Amino acid sequence: MTEPHPLAEYTAHLRRGQFMIQRSASTGEHVFYPRIAAPGTGEADLEWVPASGLGTVYSTTTVRQKPPAPSYNVALIDLAEGCRMMSRVEGVPPEDIRIGMAVRARITDQDGEPLIVFHPA
Amino acid sequence: MTGFPTGRTAIVGAATFGIGRCPGLEPIDMAARASLLALQDAGLRLSDVDALYTSAPHEALGGLQLAEYLGLQPKITDCNRTGGSAFEIYVAQAALYLDAGLCDVALIAYGNNPSSSTAKHAGMTRPSPYEAPYKPLAPLSSYALATARHMHQYGTTRRQLAEVAVAARAWAALNPEAAMRDPLSIDDVLAARMVSDPLSVRDCCLFNDGAAAAVMTRADRARDLRKPPVHVLGAAAAATHREISSMPDLTRTGAAQSGAAAFAQAGVTPADIDLAMLYDAFTITPILFLEDLGFCAKGEGGAFVQDGAIAPGGRLAVNTNGGGLSCVHPGMYGLFLLVEAVRQLRGEAGARQRPGVELAVAHGNGGVLSSQATLVLGR
Repeated sequence: MTEPHPLAEYTAHLRRGQFMIQRSASTGEHVFYPRIAAPGTGEADLEWVPASGLGTVYSTTTVRQKPPAPSYNVALIDLAEGCRMMSRVEGVPPEDIRIGMAVRARITDQDGEPLIVFHPA
Repeated sequence: MTGFPTGRTAIVGAATFGIGRCPGLEPIDMAARASLLALQDAGLRLSDVDALYTSAPHEALGGLQLAEYLGLQPKITDCNRTGGSAFEIYVAQAALYLDAGLCDVALIAYGNNPSSSTAKHAGMTRPSPYEAPYKPLAPLSSYALATARHMHQYGTTRRQLAEVAVAARAWAALNPEAAMRDPLSIDDVLAARMVSDPLSVRDCCLFNDGAAAAVMTRADRARDLRKPPVHVLGAAAAATHREISSMPDLTRTGAAQSGAAAFAQAGVTPADIDLAMLYDAFTITPILFLEDLGFCAKGEGGAFVQDGAIAPGGRLAVNTNGGGLSCVHPGMYGLFLLVEAVRQLRGEAGARQRPGVELAVAHGNGGVLSSQATLVLGR
């Protein structure tokens, strides 16, 4: 078995245009963020699987900046697979983003790095 | 059998120093000054100290640094990394070491000077690669996310959050040491500049100078010291996550576990408590801790604090020093709330003294609701 490199592999998948998350073979539970072993059980049976990209806003905040710098969204997204991640919802004004809103993932480029963001589904 | 030496150790010295602005001193100078004041308060000498606990703001090896500064060679030295809850955890650990006879006098100290420091510090934490790209304000946006979820799930309102800030300010007005003593109204809080919705600048704690220290010893020795001992009746901790995206339920903190364990050790219930010192980094945190510690049911914290219920003259005395919101919060606040609990239990709290305080809870919070530690203290 080759030693997993969680962050590097996650980022490499994103660079290839794929949003991949981990799943524990023994429990079937999805895991985010990527790790070398399943949290809780410690089983080294995590495999990369494609995320559906579907999610729901679990919580949301609007970060205010001094004008003219625009306010922006920071959200926690519950993925359809059952794990949660921090992200932001784009495509709607930050103050219109609601808890419970259905969203869909997209890979964007931020300062040359691939990054998962969400848009209303 | 809870495993905790209930009532067999006591806090015998407590002090604060340099609250608000403390120009011209380094954090370690401030921690040392508070240490000496707390030892004087106890009627003990520096040379009596054989266990040292501190959480240095900018130095990973801060325990060793403070021991060196004070000229101590402690048997036990610690500088843990559970954020603002570290100090309540130190009390728990010192109680076990003292009771086992592995040390005799434990000193817990802290100081920091964000108001008056001109130095550029590197900071003590590395941003998470899974959160930092989204630019949350650290730690503010994490608490904002918890607040928004509580409002969504339980109907908690910004007005109820404002009650927490207004109560803290009313207590601060009675505390000459508190940094912010001007009147503050619910409308002031509601109209304050938003920082990370739903939190305004008045929902956030201060970031100012301050130092504090506490001294512990075994109860038998405590009886012969200068001040009435404050016994450690229960002490327990729980860690649930580091970053907010990994918190299992943003409306439920580890205080539910730490509180239940500490109350069981002490053999008391929230109904017995005369004073609740609840870490108020943001207005949501006392609401969460009132619920999780069992002062009210889950979701009812907002209603619990309404109508001045935790302000002077209210149904439960909470954060009588003015809290992190209006008294002092130099980055880690856990030791200051502990000192206030000691002062109230001794009857030393001046204009803000509550009559007949026999049992107090001192609850620390660290990280982004990540680490919780509860002490039950009694005369």
